[in-house]
Amino acid sequence: MTTTLARGPAPTAPAAGRAARVRPALAWGAAVAVPVLFLGVFFVQPVAEIVGRGFVTDGRLDLSGFAEVFARPRTWRVVGQTLAQAALGTAGAVLLGVPGAYVLYRCRFPGRGALRAFVTVPFVLPTVVVGVAFRSLLVDGGLLGGLGLDGTVTAIVLALVFFNYAVVVRTVGGMWERLDERTEQAARALGASPWRVLTTVTLPALGPAIASAASLVFLFCATAFGTVLVLGGRRYGTVETEIWIQTTQFLDLRAAAVLSVVQLVVVAAALTAAGRARARTERALSVGGPAAAHPVRLREPLDAAAVAVTAVAVLGLLALPLVNLVVRSLRTPRGWGFDNYAALAVPQDTLAVSAWHAAGTSLRTATDATVIALVVGGLVALVVSRRPRGTAARRAVGGLDALFMLPLGVSAVTVGFGFLVAMDAPLGLPVDLRTSPVLVAVAQAVVAVPLVVRTVLPVLRAIDPRQREVAATLGAAPGRVLRTVDLAVAVRAVGLALGFAFAASLGEFGATSFLARPQEPTLPVVIFRLLGRPGAENYGAALAASVLLAALTAGIVAVCERLRRPGIGGAW
Amino acid sequence: MSDGLQVADVVVRYPGADRAAVDGVDLAVPTGEVVALLGPSGCGKSSLLRAVAGLEPLAGGDVAWDGVPVTGVPVHRRGFGLLFQDGQLFAHRDVAGNVAYGLPAGVRRDRAARTARVAELLDLVGLPGTQRRDVATLSGGERQRVALARALAPRPRLLLLDEPLSALDRGLRERLALDLRDVLVATATTALFVTHDQDEAFAVADRVAVMDAGRLLQVASPADLWARPASRRVAEFLGYEAFVPVPAAGDAAPPAVAALVAAARDAGVALLPAGGVLALAAGAFVVVPGGEGVERGGADHAAGAAVDGSGSGGTVPGAASGSAVGGPASDDRHHAGAAVDGQVEVVRSRRGRTEVVVEVAGVGRVSALAPAGWTCAAGERVALRVDAAAVAGLPG
Repeated sequence: MTTTLARGPAPTAPAAGRAARVRPALAWGAAVAVPVLFLGVFFVQPVAEIVGRGFVTDGRLDLSGFAEVFARPRTWRVVGQTLAQAALGTAGAVLLGVPGAYVLYRCRFPGRGALRAFVTVPFVLPTVVVGVAFRSLLVDGGLLGGLGLDGTVTAIVLALVFFNYAVVVRTVGGMWERLDERTEQAARALGASPWRVLTTVTLPALGPAIASAASLVFLFCATAFGTVLVLGGRRYGTVETEIWIQTTQFLDLRAAAVLSVVQLVVVAAALTAAGRARARTERALSVGGPAAAHPVRLREPLDAAAVAVTAVAVLGLLALPLVNLVVRSLRTPRGWGFDNYAALAVPQDTLAVSAWHAAGTSLRTATDATVIALVVGGLVALVVSRRPRGTAARRAVGGLDALFMLPLGVSAVTVGFGFLVAMDAPLGLPVDLRTSPVLVAVAQAVVAVPLVVRTVLPVLRAIDPRQREVAATLGAAPGRVLRTVDLAVAVRAVGLALGFAFAASLGEFGATSFLARPQEPTLPVVIFRLLGRPGAENYGAALAASVLLAALTAGIVAVCERLRRPGIGGAW
Repeated sequence: MSDGLQVADVVVRYPGADRAAVDGVDLAVPTGEVVALLGPSGCGKSSLLRAVAGLEPLAGGDVAWDGVPVTGVPVHRRGFGLLFQDGQLFAHRDVAGNVAYGLPAGVRRDRAARTARVAELLDLVGLPGTQRRDVATLSGGERQRVALARALAPRPRLLLLDEPLSALDRGLRERLALDLRDVLVATATTALFVTHDQDEAFAVADRVAVMDAGRLLQVASPADLWARPASRRVAEFLGYEAFVPVPAAGDAAPPAVAALVAAARDAGVALLPAGGVLALAAGAFVVVPGGEGVERGGADHAAGAAVDGSGSGGTVPGAASGSAVGGPASDDRHHAGAAVDGQVEVVRSRRGRTEVVVEVAGVGRVSALAPAGWTCAAGERVALRVDAAAVAGLPG
């Protein structure tokens, strides 16, 4: 038997203890500094530059722009349209998405996994592609051209619901799956009808998840750019498209700056609501039971209704535009064929490069952007997942979290234009970044960082703090704890974060439309330019390019999803 | 006095809480000893354990090992192991991966040494051959055994156990408590063991420290603690269920009280301080089956009996004269026979033995034990005798 005196490390000298405290502090300092510096240079500075141009004349603060811009009826019309479209889009997504969440997460049926994956596809599709898909469906001569919906608010709202259906299904479904079934069974045993159980037990329990999803959807709808630009034409827009029009067509920077601030207010309100709802969801989740699902019971009216609504949503709203897009891309002036795809190999019209070339540019740029976003977003998620003891430190962590959500809401158009203005000398350094192709990747990364944070953070937050404590008591230094506990678990979320970041970068249009050089456009830029040209051939090529971009995005997201590790493994 | 763990005047305070979770606790755990920290939930025992581990900052006081303060030493350099209630196994590692986690870097990298040490530890906790098992497939008891092996792997100079058996069902808990004691003794591990279950504390620990509302009430060996609780609060927590003031010498007292005093004095196990209190655990009264149907002698109850104040060895006059129950206890010093009876309120079975809740005049409701197979109906009166082993004297 070993003697107790011989066991254990020797008592540590105070100096070693001090070093052990200083080094982690330095490492955490760097983990905070890198993302903050990145955001400061590539987001805050450009945006401040643009907003400043609106409000500073001759070195003095001049707020007369507000009065002037708000005196225009056009401003009020755009703000009203933005809020109305976002409200309708959110209502539609929630009404269709909640039954969808039930069917896809609470019921068991063959092909459920495939259907869940399919439902996610629209969310990762580039906004320009969504616009093209709906337009090709509703335009005169299209499958539903007879409805006369082309260029109406209805078309925009339908596209917004198409885009955001998955947000509601995934957020609410994830919660519903973990909701303890026995609460509902207890209510049934007390004599409540299925309808009463739904309205008095289930929906109230899902309330926070629904509110969280709704505020996110509202945010996405209110800042929609590519889709609305393609579908709305001249009559309908959002604040975001209006910023683009004011900047690029009227060159009215002051109006653009005022509108940027308006958008920021709307977004901050939506984000605050989302944050509150999310906090409640995370609290509610801690009491979640085991995952429960039952076979579909079509004889029960509620199940039948949910299945019917979901079937209509999936077939009519999601599948129809996508299938129609593919079919239309095969139609040429000379009959059916692959002519439109063949046209992708040669530069069309006045474009400098072919669509295939643009696709290559898109992939390269998106890869760079994804790497940047993973590093920056991963560091932010790591820092924000800590729960420091002090009140001040906890507030600082909360502030960092909120700061990195801002790019979700600040107009990407503003960011892109700000880059053009500010990057001639970032931080006063004499490096002109405007000519660098890296700039597009950096702008796309700014947009993708919030998605990475939102994907990785819940996984890190779900780690029981005692796992780190137990590792420390087993003698693991802070670095080893980080590697063997936090990173080992976070790897599981990285695949998904990778997919979302890549999809967001690949489809990014608002900022890229400013920054992509004419000889190196990305695929969404090419599609948008082709749409703007007259001629059936250009239109056909735009459709084919949209299919190509959609296939690229969906394919890459699918591969990234495969990278997700299964929950538990025997790896060392 | 500077051997092992010394906790001196430790205070732990959580932000926003109006009172300290741990409020000035002094405790020493010499090397090789197992001390249980026993107290109701929320009494601060887990906070104290976390403070010793270095997981909670001290608001005051000092924690030292062999006389060297460890307050500034980070958790991973203290050499104090910790075992949580739910084990906190790493779900992304298999059993061997979990056990090997805390091995010194040299052993961890040397494949042969690592394999040998892991096998040795798994043998120790009774789970040989489970190296490749996924921890999700283990039962609750197996999980705690793996967590114990993992905690012992780095040969901690002190092992802290935070309610390690509480999440298990009763039978398993009792068996594992004994196994845990064996493992701690076999490895000569110094341990501080937090629990709210007195049986568990008594089964595992050399000494038990009773804690309440952030303070230590008493530290003693299990036998001393049971026989001489320092206060009514300690006695209540240990399971003493009734408290009877000791009457002054010569005062009239109900026969049950007189019998209790006599039995305690005869046995010599309980101190009877002036103005003190007798604490009664379940079983302080034992049903005497032969005494069933005894007519209630009105005089016994109405008049009571005088307490003999003369000192040890004497019998209680009232008890002797009124004895209608010449029970077998008369030849046993610890079991004083007496004309005591009580009214049965509840009859229940506990592990095959009959236990009755009786209302005893002058004492209150107490649980009395009866022989296996014996039974009666609620409302009946039964004869009782005192078992002094379940009686303790408290200062007033």
